[in-house]
Amino acid sequence: MALTQLPLTEQVVLTLAALILFSSFLLLAQSRIVSLIHTFAWQGALLFAVTCLMAVASGRHHLFISAALTLALKVFFIPWMLRRLVVRLDIRREVETVGGSSLVMIGGGALVLFSYYVALPIRELSFLATRNTIAISLAVVLVGMLMIITRRKAVAQVIGFMSMENGLFFAAVSATYGMPMVVELGIAFDVLVAAILFGIFFFQLRSGIGSLNVDHLNRLHEVDR
Amino acid sequence: MKGWILAFVQAGLLVFGAPFLAGWVKWVKCKLQSRQGPPPWQPYRDLLRLFNKEVVVAESASPIFRIAPYILFSITVLAGSVVPMVATGLPTSAIADVIVLVGFLALGRFFLALAGMDVGTAFGGMGSSREVTIASLAEPAMLMGVFTLAMTVHSTNLAGMIGYLLTHPFQLYPSFVFAAMGLMLVAVAETGRIPIDNPATHLELTMVHEAMILEYSGRHLALMEWGAMLKLMVYGVLLSNLFCPWGVAVDYAPWTLLIGLAAITGKLLVLGTALAVAESGLAKMRLFRVPQYLALAFILCLLGMLSHVILEVS
Repeated sequence: MALTQLPLTEQVVLTLAALILFSSFLLLAQSRIVSLIHTFAWQGALLFAVTCLMAVASGRHHLFISAALTLALKVFFIPWMLRRLVVRLDIRREVETVGGSSLVMIGGGALVLFSYYVALPIRELSFLATRNTIAISLAVVLVGMLMIITRRKAVAQVIGFMSMENGLFFAAVSATYGMPMVVELGIAFDVLVAAILFGIFFFQLRSGIGSLNVDHLNRLHEVDR
Repeated sequence: MKGWILAFVQAGLLVFGAPFLAGWVKWVKCKLQSRQGPPPWQPYRDLLRLFNKEVVVAESASPIFRIAPYILFSITVLAGSVVPMVATGLPTSAIADVIVLVGFLALGRFFLALAGMDVGTAFGGMGSSREVTIASLAEPAMLMGVFTLAMTVHSTNLAGMIGYLLTHPFQLYPSFVFAAMGLMLVAVAETGRIPIDNPATHLELTMVHEAMILEYSGRHLALMEWGAMLKLMVYGVLLSNLFCPWGVAVDYAPWTLLIGLAAITGKLLVLGTALAVAESGLAKMRLFRVPQYLALAFILCLLGMLSHVILEVS
């Protein structure tokens, strides 16, 4: 269906979808940890807005519950917890240089194109007007994965992982009006537990190797000393 | 015939309105910093004063140094006459499309850079090299943004683009959101405003535009300064009419033309205020961070094009 025949709410959904992809690229390029966390919270807020709009447009009220979960977990709780961890680990001022940042950006663009071609046949299976966003959500997942690959610090990698989950959630909302409620609640709970576990993991990592740079894990203590 | 007269009137408005826009931005900026500030029509006085002054040319200057201000000014006027400001469908807008417009601006910049290097001072050469570096990074982003728009409206002619947007019902194009953000970043870089270059200083090691025109005086300097103001005006009109085309006249009735004039004046004043607010809130960027800034603009325009392909066509 061409864009011109869509009602305004779905045009807004498409625009928000594009903005979510943009926030993924911002995450990829952001070098300061605190602004990284803020960008992640903004991505969650965009996701919340999309879910609410889809709930209004489709009249499926269970989507409001997942929207509320998104708001509580991804906009407030997880960013707040990550921020508190960053303050307690005293890495607030650390700047992580993203090696070859323009190359990484071009890689991100290539991933968007790739996911477009991958999603072309899948798109035919959905009947929703917003099915074009499947490619966008796949791209968000892949860009999150690229972020995990390119970053060295554990906090940035965790945010990459969380933004991958955002992409999956967005795919579910835009392609099939959300997952069954049980699955959605389970995933939300998983993300919550993962966030808490990552916090413990950060402290373990730091007391073990004295840094959050996961590259140190490749080195053997005996060889270095 | 009526179209040609209107086209000349519009070009005149653009040329003589440009100093006011520059003065307006300066005035709003002064007010934001709680300073008295010169009135918005101060640039007219400055230009008049410079035109009445004697021209001093360095001994080592070649003819290029003398003709560059005239070439730069006339090319920028030509570029400005292509942009539909008050009305679309004027005969001048059929001469050139937006790619030629980018080419005009690049030609003007070429002569500006040559003039900067001509006398052989260290500052001029430094400014020219910086200007060309910034331009080479900004132009791909600008063309990418322009192509994004052109893919939606199926035309690269500016009047055609604005006419298409005016005649079709309102649509929220995701690609336009990105193209608007990207082109705004490019416009700030190309017109030498604050995160890239500080227009308010003569004596800084980091200046770009001022470094190139440091050797000029008298009417040459006036034309160079006026050319820079015109460039700001051209970008302002381009951005406001492409992304907010409402109010632009589509026929030559006096009433619609009046509305068009009022609309573009209002849009430019709002845009100028926004520019002043942004300039007051930002600090000038280190020169080595400019490539990152322009890479962001490029990524925005690229995402605009991708979202056009992914979301809007099917």
